[in-house]
Amino acid sequence: MTTPPASTSRAEELGAAETPFQQVWRSLRKDRLAMAGLYVLLGLIALALVGKLLTEWWVVFDPATVRLPDKLRPPMSHASAALAADQVPPFGTYFFGTDELGRNVFARMLQGSFVSLSVGIVAVSISLSVGILIGGLAGFYGKRKFGFVSVDALLMRVTDVALCFPTFFLILTVVALLPPSIYNIMIVIGMTSWMGTARFVRAEFLSLRERDFVTAAQALGLPEWRIIFRHMVPNAMAPVLVSATIDVAYAILTESALSFLGFGVRPPFATWGNILADGRGYIFDAPWLFAIPGTAILLVVLAFNLVGEGLRDAMNPRLRKRAS
Amino acid sequence: MWRFLTRTILQRLLLLVFISIISHAVIHLAPGQPTEVDPMNPMMKAQDIARIRQAFHLDDPFYLQYWHWIRDLFSGELKSFKDGLPVLPKIWDRFCNSLPLFACTTLIVWTLSFPTGIHAAVKRGSRYDRATTFIAYALISVPGFFLSYMLILAMVQLFHMPVIGLRTFGSEGSSTMTRVMDRIWHLVIPSLMAALTGIAILSRYVRSQMLEVIEQDYVRTARAKGLDEDTVIYGHALRNALLPFVTMFGFLLPGLISGSVIFEQIFAWPGLGMLGYEAILSRDFPMILTLNFIAAVLTLVGILSSDILYALVDPRIRLE
Amino acid sequence: MANGAEAAIPPLLRIRDLRVEFETDAGSVPAVRGVDLDVHAGETVALVGESGCGKSVTALAVMRLMTGRVASGSIHFEGKDLASLAEPEMRRVRGAQIGMIFQEPMTSLNPVFKIGRQIEEVLVLHQKLSGAAARTQALDLLTRVGIPSPEQRAEQYPHELSGGMKQRVLIAIAIACKPKLLIADEPTTALDVTIQAQIMALLKSLKDELNMAVLLITHDLGVVAHFAERVDVMYAGKLVEHGSVRDIFKRPAHPYTRALLGALPDPLKPAKRLEAIPGRVPSPAMLPPGCAFCARCKHAFEPCQAEQPPLLPITAPHVAACWLHDPKRATTSV
Repeated sequence: MTTPPASTSRAEELGAAETPFQQVWRSLRKDRLAMAGLYVLLGLIALALVGKLLTEWWVVFDPATVRLPDKLRPPMSHASAALAADQVPPFGTYFFGTDELGRNVFARMLQGSFVSLSVGIVAVSISLSVGILIGGLAGFYGKRKFGFVSVDALLMRVTDVALCFPTFFLILTVVALLPPSIYNIMIVIGMTSWMGTARFVRAEFLSLRERDFVTAAQALGLPEWRIIFRHMVPNAMAPVLVSATIDVAYAILTESALSFLGFGVRPPFATWGNILADGRGYIFDAPWLFAIPGTAILLVVLAFNLVGEGLRDAMNPRLRKRAS
Repeated sequence: MWRFLTRTILQRLLLLVFISIISHAVIHLAPGQPTEVDPMNPMMKAQDIARIRQAFHLDDPFYLQYWHWIRDLFSGELKSFKDGLPVLPKIWDRFCNSLPLFACTTLIVWTLSFPTGIHAAVKRGSRYDRATTFIAYALISVPGFFLSYMLILAMVQLFHMPVIGLRTFGSEGSSTMTRVMDRIWHLVIPSLMAALTGIAILSRYVRSQMLEVIEQDYVRTARAKGLDEDTVIYGHALRNALLPFVTMFGFLLPGLISGSVIFEQIFAWPGLGMLGYEAILSRDFPMILTLNFIAAVLTLVGILSSDILYALVDPRIRLE
Repeated sequence: MANGAEAAIPPLLRIRDLRVEFETDAGSVPAVRGVDLDVHAGETVALVGESGCGKSVTALAVMRLMTGRVASGSIHFEGKDLASLAEPEMRRVRGAQIGMIFQEPMTSLNPVFKIGRQIEEVLVLHQKLSGAAARTQALDLLTRVGIPSPEQRAEQYPHELSGGMKQRVLIAIAIACKPKLLIADEPTTALDVTIQAQIMALLKSLKDELNMAVLLITHDLGVVAHFAERVDVMYAGKLVEHGSVRDIFKRPAHPYTRALLGALPDPLKPAKRLEAIPGRVPSPAMLPPGCAFCARCKHAFEPCQAEQPPLLPITAPHVAACWLHDPKRATTSV
C-alpha cells in the first residue's frame, strides 16, 4: 500500500481549480477576432475619455471653432496663415481635414467618440435594467396571481405588445415628437430594445428556479431577494452580457441612422453618427467627411460584435468542447 | 386546430386593441400638437358628424378621439392632416411601390443566405468559413446608409447609371424595352444593397442552426447507416435545420414598413417607409397611427402564420 | 486477444494497438491508448468500463464515426483494415456489414421523417430494393423487433413512440441488412429497467437468429453476465483485463475489475455494504506515467507508479494488466 503519486492529484486539482471566468477568458484569448475586437474597444474607451478631456475640460482640440478660410481641407493639410492665433489647430495640422465650416474633424471625432459611446452604453443600460426587471419578475414571481391573470402572463403580454411596434418607426415617431435632446435619444433607444432581454432573462430564471442549488437555497430558508440576487442573477448574467455587448453595437448604429434621417443628436454635441450624416452632402467634394466617421463606426460596431460573439462562443461549453 | 385558431385570433385581436390604445396615447400625450402643422382644423365644432370627422376630433377627450379614429379607420374615411386626403388609398399606393422592392430584397436575401450559411457550417473552420464570418460581421456592423452611399458612388462611377428613384428621370419617351430594363435596374440595385445586411444576418443564423443540427444524434445514426455525406447533410440535417426559419418567414412581414425607411430615403423610393417618414415630419397623426396599426397587424399576422407554418412542417408540433 | 487457441479461424473483427486522439487546446489528448480487441463470428463480446474510459470511442472508431483521429493501429474487419479504408468503401461497410445502435434512442431517430422511411432508407441504399419491396421488408423488420401493428407504426413520427419503441426501431435499422457485426453502444442505459430486459432479450434472440457477432459496450455488469461470452475491461483508454465471462466474474484478476464487481449488488448474497471505488478516472490529458488506476488502487506498490503494466497472462486466455500478476515483481499474492 502506497499513497497515490502526488503529481496526479495535484494535476487534477489544478484542472478543477479553474473558475468559470478563467475558462471563458482562456477560451476567448484563443479567438483572435474577438481579442482584436477587445483591444479596439479598450482603445476606444481610452480614446473617449481622452477625447472628453481634450475637447471639453482642457481644450486642446476645439471641435467648435469655425474657420471659414479653411473649410473642406483634406486630411493632414496645414492650417492657412490667414487664421487668428487662437484658431490654429494643434500642430498646425488638420489630421482628419476640416468640414464645411472649417471645423477640425479630428477634434469633432474625438468629442464624438465619448458621445457615441455613451449613447450606446446608456441606452443599453436602460434596456438591460428594464429587461432584467420585467424578465426577472415574470420568471421568479410568474406563478403569483394578480387578479385573474398571473404575473407572468401579464408581463409577457406587455412584452408582446412592445414587440408588435415597428421598433425603428416607433423610435422615429417618439424622437420626432419629443424635444430634441441626446438624453431622449438614449432613453428612446433603451426603451424600445428591452424585449429580447426580458424574454431571455425570464426563460433563464424559469429554468434556474428548477435547479437544485435554488431549491437548496429555498430549503435553507434564505430570503427571496438573496436567492434572486446572489444565486440567480449571476447565473443568468453570462448570456445577458453577450446580448448587451451586441446591443451596444446596435444602439450606435441606430443613433447614426437617426442622424441620417435628421433626428439624431443635435449640436453642439458631435457624434460619429451626425458627423457621418452631415458628411454625405459633401461626398464628392470632401469624401473624408463621410469616409472617416463611417469607417470609425464600422470599426467600433464590428469590435462590439466580435467581442459579443466571441463571448457567446466562449461561454457556451458545448461549442467550446466542439472547438477543441 | 380550429379551436386553436379561434382562440389565438381572439387573443391577437385583444392585443391589437391594446396596441392601438397605447400608440394613440403615445402620440397624443407627447408634446407637440398636430394643429401646429395645419391651424385650420381645430376651428371646426362638434355640430355635425361630417364636419367633426374632418376636424379630427381634437377637442374631444382621449377615449372619444380614439373611438373616432377606430371608426374612421374601419369605415375608410380617415383623412390625413396634411392634405385632407383619405389615408388608406394613400397607403395602398405607397404599398404598391414598396412591395416590389421588399419582395426583391427578400428573394435575394433568402436565396443567397442559405447556401452561404450551410456551406460555412459544413466546412466549419475552413478558410471559406472564416472569410464569410468576417464579411458577415463587417456587413452587420456597417451603418446601412454609409455602405449604400459608397456602393451608389461605385455604381455611378462604374456603369454611369443613376440608381436613385423608381426610374431614370426623363426616360418616359424611350422604348418599352428600355423602360422595363430601366425599372428593373432601379429595382435590383437598391434591393441588392438592402439585402446585404439581411444576407449577413440570416446566413449567420443558418450557419449556427446547421452547426447545432450536425451535432445531433440522429445525424450520427444517418452516418451509421452508411449514407454518403451529402445525403446526411442535405437529406437528414438540413430539413431539421430549416424548421426554425419558417418562423422567421412570418417575422418578415412587418419589415415591409419599418425596415425600409432608411433605404427608401437613400434611393428616393416613394414607398411606405418614406410615407411614414413624411408623416412623422408633418405630425400627421392619422397617418402615423394607421401605419403603426398596420405594422402591428402585420406583426401579429406574421406570428400567427409562422405558428401555423411551423405546425405544418414540424411533425412534433400540434396546434392546441 | 491473440492467442494460439483462437488463431486458427481469423476473428471477424480484430483491433490491434488502436490509438485515438482528440485535438484540444493543450495538444492532442489520447482517449484510446493501444487497445487490442477480437470479436469472432457469432459471439458476443462485452466491453465494460466507467464512463469516459474510451469504450464508446473504441466502438465509434470501428465505424469511423468518432470526432477524434485514429493515431495508429489497425481495425481489421473480414480482412479489410477499416482504419485505412477509403470513405466510399467504408460507407458500404456501415449499416450493411456492421450495424450500430446507440445509447440515446430518444434523439437518435430523425424527428422529421416517418419511422418507415428511416428503415427503408438503409434497405434501398445497401440492398438496392425498390420502394415497395423496401416497405414490405421494413414492415417485416418492425414485426421482428417486436413492434405491434407495424403498418401503423411505419406511418408515425419518432415523437409518437416511446423510448423502448424507438430503440426497437433503431435495432431494426441496424439489423436491416443482416450485418455480421452489431455494435451496441450502451443500448439500454437510457431506458427503464423493465424495458432494458426486453431490449436485451430481443438483442439476444436476433443475434441467434441472424448469427451475428455483437460488440456490447456497457457499464452494466449485470447485462454482461447474462449476454456476453467474453469480456474486455477498459480503464482510462487501455484494456486492463480480458477473459471469458466466467473468468471475469469468478476470478477477476485486475483490482479495477474487482472494484467494479464490488460495486455491484449480488441478489443471492445477504445485503452488505457496496464498495465504492475511491477517487475518479484520471483525465486523459493528465495521465500518470505508470498504471492509470494506481491512484485509486488498494494494492498499488512500487512498480505501479513508474511503469505501465502489460497484459500479463493469468490462465489463458485470461489476461490482466497488473503488476500483481508479474511473478518477478509481485511480492505479495492477492
